[in-house]
Amino acid sequence: SNLPSPVEQEQAKAKPLPDLNAEILYEDWDDVPPSSALEEISEEEAVQIIAEPLLPLQSSTLRDYVDHSETLAKLVHLGVDLSQVEKHQKAGQLLLTLDFEKDIKKILLFLKDVGVEDNQLGTFLTKNPYILAEDLEALETRVAYLKSKKFGKAEIAQMVSRAPYLLLFSVERLDNRLGFFKNELGFSVKKTKDLVIRLPRLLTGKLEPVKENLQVCQIELGFQRNEIQEIVFKTPKILTASSNKLKQTFDYLHNIMGIPHHMLTRFPQVFNSRLLRIKERHMFLTFLGRAQYDPAQPSYISLDQLVSLPDEVFCTEIAKASIQDFEKFLKTL
Amino acid sequence: VRFLPAPGRDCATELVPTMVPVLAEHPLVRGPRFRRLKIGAGHRLDVKASGVFVLGISHGNKLLTDLYNCHLSRAYTVGGLFGKATDDFSDTGKLVEKTTFDHITREKLERVLAVIQGTNHKALLMHSNIDMKTQEAYELAVRGLIRPMGKSPPIITAVRCLQFAPPEFQLEIHCLHETQQYLRKIVHEIGLELKSSAVCTQVRRTRDGVFTLDDALLRSQWNLQNIRSAIWSCQLKVQAEIERTL
Repeated sequence: SNLPSPVEQEQAKAKPLPDLNAEILYEDWDDVPPSSALEEISEEEAVQIIAEPLLPLQSSTLRDYVDHSETLAKLVHLGVDLSQVEKHQKAGQLLLTLDFEKDIKKILLFLKDVGVEDNQLGTFLTKNPYILAEDLEALETRVAYLKSKKFGKAEIAQMVSRAPYLLLFSVERLDNRLGFFKNELGFSVKKTKDLVIRLPRLLTGKLEPVKENLQVCQIELGFQRNEIQEIVFKTPKILTASSNKLKQTFDYLHNIMGIPHHMLTRFPQVFNSRLLRIKERHMFLTFLGRAQYDPAQPSYISLDQLVSLPDEVFCTEIAKASIQDFEKFLKTL
Repeated sequence: VRFLPAPGRDCATELVPTMVPVLAEHPLVRGPRFRRLKIGAGHRLDVKASGVFVLGISHGNKLLTDLYNCHLSRAYTVGGLFGKATDDFSDTGKLVEKTTFDHITREKLERVLAVIQGTNHKALLMHSNIDMKTQEAYELAVRGLIRPMGKSPPIITAVRCLQFAPPEFQLEIHCLHETQQYLRKIVHEIGLELKSSAVCTQVRRTRDGVFTLDDALLRSQWNLQNIRSAIWSCQLKVQAEIERTL
């Protein structure tokens, strides 16, 4: 246990050196020479020297700075996941340069004002740390703009917590996007607002995939404009889904299962679910001879039940078979 | 880690390294502890085929090489269709020719299968490099343990016709060192032997060495508990098989 002391001695002697230099200036030549770094000191003194490693000047994680920065410590206590924040570009640097008392507190109080819950602040800041660098007045103008468009306070709170990047967009950008959705989909103002409240990601995401999906729906899948409107109003997620998957799902539903367009308009949830699930359940029902999707025939099975029920309920109620049979059938595919 | 004075001592001459809870070790700062998983795969399975697929996780990869050296056989269920021939021997390829198949009966099919099994049996004996005239070879043959223990071309050990409903038919094939494309080629050749043509509609592996369909986990069962119980139940079988062969 004597091993730590010599190493710490040499490290610790770096601290007293400035004092010794000052002493040298006031001392004469005849006085006692200053103590050198290799001098032996008593054990008690050695134990009392505390030498900590220096802070790294450059690092790729925020872990090294967390202990020494109050801002980071308070953010961790709030619930911000620093390991994910440091993956964003420049967000880590931003957090280090900000001071908790002056800047961050004002923005946090503002967010609480808007309606974000305390326990959601952590996840919000994890996804969008750049909001801490925004100007408070700009944020307030944007919220005032949303209020002027007659979005209620609770609705604004919901939208902001689900789409953290929303408040980063300027007023003109938000305006453009709302106008875009109104024109493309042909909805009234109230319907567009409803849509945006349910899926605020539409405002923050890219617009090209949305346009592409709309084109695909119209041209390749062959839906009429009013059918597209109905589908999008019921499941706005279809606009952000990948177009390949959409095409594959529609191909299977329409050509192999033989479901006409008007049925798909009534139950657009099928587009949201995984193709594999639909395939498995449909093949099981054909094997049992119960695949009947026409409401006019007896023992009809509605599409949303096909898709949204969990496995056990599906097996017992719709297919009237046990789960073991379903699993054995799946193993024969 | 911090060096603190040893507790309970007056003259504090010792420093003891102790772990002090520090914010840098908080999970939110550190990130998830397990980021990657090393998974190795057993014998290859095609994109168009389905069935039992053996996976090894991190330390299990070493057992995978041992299993490969055991040279165990695999069982497939192959479904085929008479009357068509395509360029890649499966039903999604480009159509090359169409033929009639009314003349095919079950006996003819079984005769062809017996011929295939015979030729493959001879190839099996040749590649297993055992001197046929010894007593040892006779005993191994009686127990059915003659296997090529090195590299060899694909060999079929047993073929059986499960279903025959023209134009569709289903075979069960036990084989060694094969690929799914070879099985599809076999289906095509069966068609040619019967003076018609055939394509392969389905290739499904029902057994891979010691792993059967009952041990296999479905897509909906891919969670931690099921994987752990599957590993636990298969461990004994794998150990027994490796000890028997090596």
